Amino acid sequence: MTTTAPPRRTWWKTGIGLVLTGLMLFPVYWMINVSFTRERDMRASPPHLFPVDGTVEGYRAVFDQQLPYLGTSFLVGLATVALTVALSAPAGYALAKLRPPGGRALSFVLLTAQMIPGIIMAMGFYAGYLELGILNTLPGLILADSTLAVPFGVLIFTAFMSGIPDELLQAAVVDGAGRLRTFWSVVLPLSRNAVVTVSLFAFLWAWSDFVFASTLAGGGGHQPITLGIYRYIGNNSQQWNAIMATAVVASIPAAVLLVLAQRYVSTGITAGAVKD
Amino acid sequence: MAATVPPGHRVSRAGRWSAWAFLAPVTGYLVVCYAYPLYRNVELSLREYTVRSFVQGGAPFAGLDNYRTTLADPTFEPALTHTLVFTVASLVLQFTIGMALALFFHQHFPLSRTLRAVILVPWLLPLIVSASTWSWLLNSDAGLVNAALGVVGVDPVHWLTSPRWSLVSVIIANVWIGVPFNLVVLHSGLQAIPAELYEASALDGATGWQRFRSITFPLLRPVSAITLLLGLIYTLKVFDLIWIMTRGGPADSSTTLATWSYRLGFGNLLPRFGPGAAVGNLLIVLALLAGLGYLRRQRRQQS
Repeated sequence: MTTTAPPRRTWWKTGIGLVLTGLMLFPVYWMINVSFTRERDMRASPPHLFPVDGTVEGYRAVFDQQLPYLGTSFLVGLATVALTVALSAPAGYALAKLRPPGGRALSFVLLTAQMIPGIIMAMGFYAGYLELGILNTLPGLILADSTLAVPFGVLIFTAFMSGIPDELLQAAVVDGAGRLRTFWSVVLPLSRNAVVTVSLFAFLWAWSDFVFASTLAGGGGHQPITLGIYRYIGNNSQQWNAIMATAVVASIPAAVLLVLAQRYVSTGITAGAVKD
Repeated sequence: MAATVPPGHRVSRAGRWSAWAFLAPVTGYLVVCYAYPLYRNVELSLREYTVRSFVQGGAPFAGLDNYRTTLADPTFEPALTHTLVFTVASLVLQFTIGMALALFFHQHFPLSRTLRAVILVPWLLPLIVSASTWSWLLNSDAGLVNAALGVVGVDPVHWLTSPRWSLVSVIIANVWIGVPFNLVVLHSGLQAIPAELYEASALDGATGWQRFRSITFPLLRPVSAITLLLGLIYTLKVFDLIWIMTRGGPADSSTTLATWSYRLGFGNLLPRFGPGAAVGNLLIVLALLAGLGYLRRQRRQQS
């Protein structure tokens, strides 16, 4: 609304916008380009800007070697989503609608919890997991990954559920519903958007996690895709088309998210920052 | 009016306490998954731990020895400096570029919504993907950046393998990741500013820059403050990106407190959990100090 310029004058802005977006996204294009480049062209000078004489051998390597990693990541992501929603939705309901004593203090704890660097959490988890014997297990990794999303989840659910009119909840109570029933059959269905937002981010963060994966699952039989890429870089640093092909495949969830759920993504990013 | 409130929603004392039934799972979770790891981390830093003493128990109490070792270590000073430089440079650049892009995309032009959405991609990618892509872009021999510099006659730069440039390289990559976040949050802040204000000032004959200084900037201050605070918290935590691109090297030239802590605890064949945990705890203290100091300054400016 800042400018009320006539439409014909704004097309050059679209041009600049395209250039800026192109610049920002160039590394992503480069990743895709390299993933299709033949190994012998990899060090060509000047580098090939388009994958002419492209190859899919990088992607063949992904299918041959990385499928188990992808499967693990997918499983860990889904389980993290389930755990995160199960923990944070009831908490959001209580904080938004039931005003429990100490609720503000709990919100504050959740906010500060997000400030703790992952590496510190990882070291504490490592010590505990080693004693419990759950190092290098999937449940252990899932539990650790959920810490990336639970505080955020409570924040989003609280913000969203605050917007549900009290009259609706009162109507449910008049109909004889208890709190659990009100939560389950009124609040939760109305909070579908919040559930989607929290789930998307929980999945994405678990899928992208490297800190917990490398410290808590690095020696196990089930390793996520982030470790798959990391080992690739370490082992065969010559096969950059395979590395970049894996990177492209590992980016698919982010891309899907952006295409299918763009509005939830912006909600998630801004909800934490703008709403107080 | 109180009489019309249905019984279930009268905020009785007992009723408010029973709300904790819904909070119990998350509270238990906070104890198990936050308080306990943090406690273990403090404990680790106060003892002489090895992998053996983890399993068999009996790590001797070492008091503040690990902290003393850490502070006296020749890596400490560069790690602290790099953490500060990395954080400040990343924040300033991310915020400035993010703000410029937010102002630009705020001028509704055809496709502006779509482009703004697409520009989010760098922020959503797994860090390991961004880090490995940048590693290849900045590769000394075959990287595109050096090839482009060659076209304009600049000698190849050893981005990741020379101590002079490694920190710059990881800052570049981190800024790239952070700009979309700043853009989206600042843009949503811009949208909350009433258009009438701009119209009024346009009638008064204010120039674009005057409008930015007297309307946009002050009204955007709360959102800017939150954006910078979230950026600060995030940037102090950054570990994956640096570890994957340079492993903190060469010769500690891009080591930050976070990567140093990881290297001590997990990066060597012989783990040094005690000092690693000590570095981690110093990082938390630094984060808290920075966060609190920042909040205080904000509050003072507002009053």
